Amino acid sequence: MSDKAYSKLPCRMREVKSPRRAYLAKRRNDKITTVLFQIGLLAALIGLWELAAQVGFIDSFITSCPSRIIKTLGEIEPAELMTHIGYTVLECVIGFFAASAIGILVAVLLWRFNKLRRVLEPYVVVLNALPKIALGPIIIIWVGAGMQAIVVMTILICVIVTIISVLNGFMSVDEGKILLMKSMGASRFQILTKLIIPANVPALVNMLKINVGLAWVGTIMGEYLVSSAGIGYLIIYGSQVFKMDLVMTSTVILCLLATIMYLAVAGVERLTKRKFHVE
Amino acid sequence: MSLLALEHVDLIYQTEQDETEAVRDMNVTVDEGEFIALVGPSGCGKTTILSMIAGLLSPTRGSVTIEGKPVTPKSGNVGYMLQRDNLFEWRTIEANVLLGLSIRKELTPENKKYAIEMLEKYGLGEFRTHYPGQLSGGMRQRAALIRTLAFRPKLLLLDEPFSAVDFQTRMTVCDDVYSIIKNEGKTAVLVTHDISEAVSMADRIIVLTKRPSSVKTIFNIDIDAPTPLKKRENPRFSKWFDRVWKEVTV
Repeated sequence: MSDKAYSKLPCRMREVKSPRRAYLAKRRNDKITTVLFQIGLLAALIGLWELAAQVGFIDSFITSCPSRIIKTLGEIEPAELMTHIGYTVLECVIGFFAASAIGILVAVLLWRFNKLRRVLEPYVVVLNALPKIALGPIIIIWVGAGMQAIVVMTILICVIVTIISVLNGFMSVDEGKILLMKSMGASRFQILTKLIIPANVPALVNMLKINVGLAWVGTIMGEYLVSSAGIGYLIIYGSQVFKMDLVMTSTVILCLLATIMYLAVAGVERLTKRKFHVE
Repeated sequence: MSLLALEHVDLIYQTEQDETEAVRDMNVTVDEGEFIALVGPSGCGKTTILSMIAGLLSPTRGSVTIEGKPVTPKSGNVGYMLQRDNLFEWRTIEANVLLGLSIRKELTPENKKYAIEMLEKYGLGEFRTHYPGQLSGGMRQRAALIRTLAFRPKLLLLDEPFSAVDFQTRMTVCDDVYSIIKNEGKTAVLVTHDISEAVSMADRIIVLTKRPSSVKTIFNIDIDAPTPLKKRENPRFSKWFDRVWKEVTV
C-alpha cells in the first residue's frame, strides 16, 4: 500500500500497524527465551553433575565433576596447557585449510575435465567409503610419526567429502545460466569465475562448516594414534593413567576450541551473505 | 543482402539409444530490422534452431550465416534471451547488465555509458544498485533484455521470453520488450508456442512442420498498429490468429 492510500484510511484501520509491532515483539521474546533456555540447560546439567557427585550419587573418580575440572585446570602449568592447545589448534587449522583448498582445486579440475571426472568417479566413491583411520599406520610409516602424520590424517578425513560436496554444487548450477554465458562467448574459465564459483558461495561456506567438524575428528584421531602433545594426547594419557579429571578437562577444552572455530566460520558465512547477497 | 540466412540446414541429434532428425532442409532469411516469429507444434525443435543461430550448435549439414559469415558465439553478433531471465542473484542490476561486455572484455567507458543510459531510458535507472531479488518479474525481464542489448548484438534471439512471467504482467512486458527492440532498431527472432503473442509482435511468422522441422508456411503480418497491445485490439488480429492457428494445428 502506498503512503498516500494509507493516510486516507479511517483511523480504525490505521491500527493495522500495531499487530505488526506485536508480531515483532513476540519474535524478539521468542529469541530471548530460546537463548535463556539454552543457557539454563547448560547450567542445569553442570549443576546436576556437581550435585550428583557431591551427594555421592555418582563416583566422581570415574565421572569427574565440574569442581574437579576447575581444580585440574588450575593445576596444569599454563605454559604447558598452551603448548598442548597450540599443537592441536595448529594441526587442526592447517589440516582444515589444506583440505578445503585441495578439495576445491580437485573439484574445479573434475568440473573442467569431463573425461577425468568419469575416470575418477569410482575412485572417489571408494575413497569416501573407506574408513580413513585404517590408513593411520601407513601414514605414520610414510610421513613419520609426529605433527605431519596428524595433519595428513586430518586432510584425508576432510578432503574426499569436500571434493564430493563442492563438485556436486558445481554440477548443479542452472543450465540456463551456463547457456547464457556461452551465448555471450564466455570461455570455460570465465564460466568458472563469473558463474560457477559465485553461484556456489553458499555451498562453499557450508562445506567449510562441515569441515570444521571433520577437521577436529581428524586431528583428535591422529593424536590418539601418534602424538606427544596436544589435547588428544592429554585425553589418551589421562585415560591410560586413569585420571578422569584430566580426560574430562581436556574434553571441555576441546568443546570450547571447536565452538570458537565454528563461530569463526559462522562469521565468515554472515560476511559472504552480505557481500554476495545470497541466502 | 539479408542479415541472417539459414541454407539447407539439417540437424541430426545423436544419443546412445537413437538418432533423431530434428531439422530437415530449413531455409530462412531474415532482413535487417525485421521481427520474425517461429511457431510450430510443441517439440518441433524451435529451441534447437535458435541454438544453431546462436552458434551453440553446429548444423549437421547446410550453413547458418550472419552477414555472410558463419555464426560463432565469440563474434558477439547474437544476443540470446532465454525463457527465464537468468539474472545473477549476486550481481546488482547494473553488474548484470554489464555481464556480456565484461565477458567480451569490452568494458570501455563508452560501452558502459551506453548500457547505463539504456537502463535509465527504460525505467531501471533507480534500480541500478538493486539486486534481482528486489525487482518484479516484469522489471527483471526488462533488465534481462537490456543485458542482451548492452553488447550491441546485430540479432536478438528470444526463446519464449514471456513464458515464465504471469499472465497479467505478460501483456505489459510483451509491449515493453517490443517497444525497446523497435526503438533500438534491432532485428529479432522470437520463438513461441503462443500464437497470439506471435501475431501481435512479428512482421513475419514462420510456421514450422512437425519434427523433423522445416518451413511450412510464411505469413506476412500486416496489422497496422504501433504496439502488440494495440495490434491485439485491431480487427485484423483475430483473422491472422485464425489463419496461423489453422496452419499450426492442421
